[in-house]
Parts: sequence; structure tokens; C-alpha cells
Amino acid sequence: MKQSYSLNVNGTVHKIEADEDMPLLYALRDDLGLNNPHFGCGLAQCGACTVHLDGRPIRSCITTISDVGDGRVVTLAGLGTPERPHPLQTAYIEEQVPQCGYCINGWIMTAAAFLRDNKKPSDEQIRSALEGLKCRCGTHMSILRAVKRAAAMMG
Amino acid sequence: MTRIETNFSRRALLKAGGALVISVGAPVTFDLAHADEAGGAAAMSATVKPALTPDQLSSYIAVAADGTVAAYFGKMDMGHGIAVAIGQMVAEELDVPFRSVKVVMGDTATSVNQGGASGSTGIQEGGKQLRAAAAEARRVLVEMAVDRLGLPADQLQVADGVVSAKENAAKKVSYGELIGGRYFNVQLAWNGKIGNPLYAPGKAKPKDPKDYRVVGQPIKREDVAPRVFAQFDFITDIKVPGMVHGRMIRPKVAGAVPVNVDESSIEDIPGAKVVWNQGFLGVVADKEWDAIKASRQLKVEWSDAKPPFPAQAAIYDYIRNTPPRKKEAGGKTVGDVEAAFKNAARVIEAEYEWPFQSHASMGPACAVVDVKDDQVTIWTGSQKPHYTRDGVAALLGVPVDKVHAMWVPGPGSYGRNDAGDAAMDAALLSKSVGKPVRLQYMRDQATGWDPKGPASIHRARAALDASGKVIAYEFMSKGLPRVDVNSNESKPYDTLAGQLIGVPLKSGDGFAVPQESYGFENKYTYWETVPPLLDRGSPLRTSHLRDPVGPQIHFASESFMDEVAAALNMDSVAFRLQYVRDPRDIAVIKAAAEKAGWQTRPSPRKNLTGTKVSGRGFAYVQRGLTRVAIVAEVDVDRLSGKIWARKFTVAHDCGQIINPDGLRHAIEGNVVQGISRTLWEEVKFDNKNVTSIDCLTYPILDTTETPETIETVLIDHPEIEPSGAGEPATRPVAAAIANAVFDATGVRIRRVPFSPDNVKSALS
Ligand code: FES
Ligand code: FES
Repeated sequence: MKQSYSLNVNGTVHKIEADEDMPLLYALRDDLGLNNPHFGCGLAQCGACTVHLDGRPIRSCITTISDVGDGRVVTLAGLGTPERPHPLQTAYIEEQVPQCGYCINGWIMTAAAFLRDNKKPSDEQIRSALEGLKCRCGTHMSILRAVKRAAAMMG
Repeated sequence: MTRIETNFSRRALLKAGGALVISVGAPVTFDLAHADEAGGAAAMSATVKPALTPDQLSSYIAVAADGTVAAYFGKMDMGHGIAVAIGQMVAEELDVPFRSVKVVMGDTATSVNQGGASGSTGIQEGGKQLRAAAAEARRVLVEMAVDRLGLPADQLQVADGVVSAKENAAKKVSYGELIGGRYFNVQLAWNGKIGNPLYAPGKAKPKDPKDYRVVGQPIKREDVAPRVFAQFDFITDIKVPGMVHGRMIRPKVAGAVPVNVDESSIEDIPGAKVVWNQGFLGVVADKEWDAIKASRQLKVEWSDAKPPFPAQAAIYDYIRNTPPRKKEAGGKTVGDVEAAFKNAARVIEAEYEWPFQSHASMGPACAVVDVKDDQVTIWTGSQKPHYTRDGVAALLGVPVDKVHAMWVPGPGSYGRNDAGDAAMDAALLSKSVGKPVRLQYMRDQATGWDPKGPASIHRARAALDASGKVIAYEFMSKGLPRVDVNSNESKPYDTLAGQLIGVPLKSGDGFAVPQESYGFENKYTYWETVPPLLDRGSPLRTSHLRDPVGPQIHFASESFMDEVAAALNMDSVAFRLQYVRDPRDIAVIKAAAEKAGWQTRPSPRKNLTGTKVSGRGFAYVQRGLTRVAIVAEVDVDRLSGKIWARKFTVAHDCGQIINPDGLRHAIEGNVVQGISRTLWEEVKFDNKNVTSIDCLTYPILDTTETPETIETVLIDHPEIEPSGAGEPATRPVAAAIANAVFDATGVRIRRVPFSPDNVKSALS
């Protein structure tokens, strides 16, 4: 049974019709036409679908639309812009991190929340904070360089 | 999408009697983007260049009125920054600023078939052709300027796309003024081949490397920022009007086919439809979530197929004991190995095993296909859109010129993954429902049903004389064939869709032997293959996975060299240097050892006690014309069996370096993926099907296991034609780790993966 939902995404409220068990990911991609986040596994195992819900990184592939309520959803597109980039976005470009780039969303959204809450993290803290994310292309070395660079920028 | 409208004067420039003719006709438009996301065939049809054939200069290079250069590339950039490198090579030869070159990739309407991304030949073969074409374009433009300026060519110079008199810089004409908007109509000396070996030079000779200004510079990618700001569409983001969503349904027992499908079981789902043809079963629905629900809800009765696979534990015995289907010598056979073994004072022998591995791309493959009566349009993440076009044409039985394929970057690509299958499946779905279909696989299908890197065993023997000299060496690879399905995905029998609708099979075959330059006086290397476990629609069908069969072969051969060195109580670098013959090989070996501060001593290290132990290991390989030497430094926790591959030092020689920054990133990615494949990756299966179906059952390396350091030593040979870098550094990683684990623990592990459980049992 489809029901109506109001979704607050990147500061705009959208009305959509959906099954209550539909994961948020499909509302963002299919209904709102956002090209981020991405479907990687649908099982909360890779991070490609990560968005912020009221500032917390969540896996939108397993978060149902009915669980989102009136929470504020922020996607990678809402994190920063070329004019006002998030430090992680700047660092990603500086370090030329991605190979294919399909994983970017998960790493940046997860790291953004982590760096906001953890100033001057150690190398080990960064590694364990990002442990649950995947990058199949193996860009881990540049991801870690970029996160450290962004951490330094964020003081 | 950037579109250049070209205005040009109608003054024809015809050189009497010569080959140089500029086509003059209606104004032309050419796209500078790789794909026309929304417009489809109609919008793209205005961009079709005259005679898009490999022997036309216009098939590679065009100059717009503003001097912007389009370089049409029949390969594509899978994320290593090849587009930058190609832009650099073209800008260099044409003498235009790097920023004015746009590289247009992987669109069958704008480029000829240069083989797609394949075998690390982006620069080696693809770049070579673009370099030759750009050099020819410059020659032609200068010839035009001769006419225009009334001066002989040797009194002209070119800078930033402007031809001017050496004596009087005010006397000048720009490329844009010379040809802007018109196409080159210049015949090239095409070698008659398509794909990787396509080569079609003109009369011009490319520049002397000593004059390079753009080639060799660490220019950055421009496609990073759009990805980072969510302004970039992957193949998964392509939407076309009227599109519906598709999902495929695969059997629980490999080889089973649907015998009964109850369409009424999904009638409550809006727009849900079943597409069923023999073994091929999919659904479509208007919304993506509805398609997923329909694929899960559909009631299907499957045929009672006999479980096709041996137990996982028996796979290596299957390979060992099955009579070979095919056997071939590889490399150069030297001397008489059998005779030498008879005279040996000592024989060293070992056998190694490597499992099936999955591409496990970051996202399941996706394709959008629109099958109309008169035109088929394909958006694909396939590395080989030209072959995908050919394959879809054959599958649907339509002429190739009615099919247009556009490559759109996908969720990672390391060879023949599931992308080609998705395009073929989507084509059948679209044809059946009469609408454009966007198909994406689910995770269990991506890992469970992608073409796999083959499992194999490798046996090596060395004969030593009384002085410890190696007098003979024999090496055998035996495995599932490297290509049950060809990586070109251009034949229906090479795709799941074709196999599931009953197309006659034609399995590929072959394996390979080590690539190195050990100068043993008697040497014989060969390979054997065994038949596939299930010949049709198999989740264990094999195809190219990054550096096809390279990691397994060189895991074995370079582990074995270490074993021989250890048996002789020799330092393993010194051992290699005693036998390696090729000077470039010797140079990479020395460079890696020196950079890593390699201490000359035999392995294993002394004093093997302690829970946490460390060791260093060495390996070296050739891949094509590229050579790589690598030092791995690892920590092993003997209690947990956990290995941390902590530091790598890589010396890399791929001839002329086009972009050192891109090269370094490519090497790092190779090493990290190589570590992952060594430590973790094994496709699990039971007798019915593959059971590695997600990120838990097919784990890959995470950040806590990422090395601390990967040092690279780039050996540049401007005078030697560039060779590949997309795969070679993957090749020696497993052996370097194995050798380091031996150094640390004194235990030789001959089977990949080195997961904690496997290492623990090997150490106990
Ligand atoms: S797609 Fe959500 S975690 Fe993988
Ligand atoms: S860059 Fe391809 S998966 Fe991370």
C-alpha cells in the first residue's frame, strides 16, 4: 500500500508516494532523481548509500522511508558546493582520491560526521572510524591521506 | 554536455592532386561530452562524423572554430586518469595547450573500436594511435598554413595552436582559422585491425621526446571534482523518458531453469511484468523498488537440476586429477629439461593453489537499453562499448549500424565483470516490453554471478647441481580456462543472456606461464586447462579479472624462486640477480631493493619466536613490456593468524611516463587490490551454487588493514614507447607477501587467501 511521505532533503521538503517499507535510498534516487547516494549492496555492508539523518551518517539502503519521519536528510550534494566546498571535498580533489569514484559518497559522508565530532584524530582513530566502508578500486591510501588533510583543515 | 557549434567559411581548401582534402559541407556539430544523457539517438545523430572508419584522421581528431580540439578515443578511462594522459599526448603532438583538448571516449557514434579498456593498453596501444593521429593533424595543419601564409613549412613554427612565421610572429594563422569546424579528410595507413592492435599512422613522425613539454607532467584529473560534488552521472544515474526498471531472477541451483512462472503472484505491483524466455527470467516495473519487490515476490518453479559443482574443498583435486582439455608450452623452451633433472644433485619442488575470485565491483552492474524498431540505444558501464554494440546487435538480430552504444562510467571495472551481461539482459528486457529498461543487478547477483577469475594450481621444479647452481626449471599452470566467456562480450554465447536463451556454446580457453627473464640453461614452462564445471549459465564461468591469470601464476613462480633461494641459504634478491638477464628487469630489482633498504641475508630471519613477528619479501615480474619489482614488509600475529601488509616499495618501469601522478595512483590501487586478493579473496561455493554473495561472504581489504606506506620508484625511459600500468603492479603482490610471511615465520604458505583462519592453521 502506497502512502504519502514528506521528505526533508538538503533543506527542501518533497512529497512522495511510497510503500512504507521502501528504503530511503530509492526515494532519493528514483523519486527525487538524486545521483547520490549509490546502491552498492543494499545490506548496510559497503556505505555507498550513506546520507546524514539529523547529522548522523546512516545507510539509506536499509533505512525505511517510514523511519525517516520528519528528520533532516543531507546527501553529498548538500554537504558542500564548488563555491563552498566541505574540507573533505577539497581534500579529495587535492589528493585526487577516486579511481571509479562510486564509493566516494560513503567515505565523505561518514568521514564528515566523524571529523565534525573528533578534532585532531589519530591515524588509528581514522582507520577504525572508516573500517565499515568499502572501496573496491583500492584507493585506501589516498582516502586516508585526504581524510588527514581535511582533519588538518578542520583544526 | 558541451556542444560546439562550428561556423566556417565556405572557402574550400583543396590541394591539387594531393591527398589533402578538407570536406566542406553543412556546418557540423560535435559533442565534447562522452554521452548525450537525455537526448538519446536523435541528439547524437547530429554528431555522426563522415566515414567513421579507422583509416580516417577525422575519426580521431577534430578542431573547432575556437581552436578547441576533440580527441575521439575508442578506449576509455576506468579511473586511472587515462583521459588526462591521452589529452597530454595529443596536446603535445599538436602543440596546443593541454586545456584545449577534450578527450571524447567510448561512444560508438564518435570513435572507432580501439578495443575499449583492455589489458592495460590504454596508453600503450590507444595512446600510440592518438599520438600518431595528432602528429599527422599537426603536419596537415602546417601544410594548410603554408598555403595560407605563403611560406615554406621550415619557416613556420607552432605554439598554442597558432602557426606563425619564425621570422615574423605577426604573420600567423590559428588552427581554428585553418580548419575550425570542418573535418579532416586525410587517409591514414591503417593496419586493417580493430580493437587493441588497431594502428593507423599518417605521414608525420611524432615528436622527439626531448622536446616534450606536456608529456611527463603531473597534470590532475578534471573528473574528480564533479564526482566529489555529486555533479557526475554514473551509468546507474542515467534516466531516459519512458524508462522502466528491470531486475533479473537467477536460480538457487546453478543450471536450473524456470519451468513454471506465476505472473499473478506479482499482479498487485504497479506495472510489474514478467519476461521469461527459457532460462532467462526477469521482471520490470515502473518504479525501481517495485521491480525489486516483484523479483522477490514472483513465484517460480525451477527444474530439478543436478547440483553441478564439487565441494569447495575438492576444487584443487578436481583441477589436479582431471585430464587436461588443452595443453601448450608457453614462453621460450630452452635446452633439455628432462635430461637436466636426471643429472640433478638436488631437486626442489612445490605446488601452489589459487581460488576463484570475483570482481565484486563496488556496485552491481547497470545498463539502460532502449530497443526501438529502427534503432537500439545502449548506455553501458562495459569497458568495451563497441563490442557491446556488436553483441546486442547479434543477440537481437539487428544490423550493427542500427545500434548505438555509449559508455558511461560504472561502479568500478577490473576486466570483464558483470557490465556486459547487464547490457545484454537489459536489451532482451527492453525488446520484450517495448520500453527503455534500466536494469541493475542486486548485490548477490553482482558477486555471485559475475564472471570469475579462474581457480588454478601451479607446479614448479628446479634442478640444482652439486654447486647449488640451478641447471633446470620447469613450471606448470593448470586451471579452469582463463576465458569461458570472452572479455569482449561481443558474442551472445559469451554472455549470460545468450547462454540462458540457448545460443550454441563456444567456450574460450587458455592459460599462461610466468613472464620473467631468468636465464636458466634448461627451462620449460607450460599450461593446461580443464573443462568448466558447468558449461552453460554458470556462476563460476571464468573471464578476465584484473591482470588475468597473472597474480596466480606469479604468486607461484615468485614464491618458488624464494623457496629455491632459501633452500640454498641465499638472499632472495641476490639469487634473482644471479639469474635474471634483462637489463631493465635488473634495474627494477635493484631499484626496489635499494629504496626499501633491503638487507642482504637469507630467509627466514633468525629468531623466529614471539607472537607478533615481522618479515620482508621480494618479488619481481614482467607484464608485457612493463616490469615491476616489489618489497613487502608484513607483520604477522601468530595467535590470530592476522597479517598486516604494512609497507610496500614498488619499482616500476613502463617505458616513457606520460603522467607520473596518474601512474603513482594506479600503482597504489593495484597494490591495495592485490593485497586484498591475497589476504581475503576466495569465491566460496557449495555443490549447488556460489555462496559468496555479499561483502561479508566475499570480504575485501578495509582501512584498518591498509598499508602504512606504499613507496614508488618510477623509472622513466622517455626513449622507450610507453607500456601498460593499469595491471602490472597487481601481479607480484601475492608472492611478495607470501615471501615476507615465510621470512617472518619460517612457514611457507602455498595457498591463497591468507585469511586469519588459513594462516593460523598453516602456522600450527
Ligand atoms: S548500499 Fe547501503 S551500505 Fe551498501
Ligand atoms: S574508487 Fe572505485 S570503489 Fe572506490
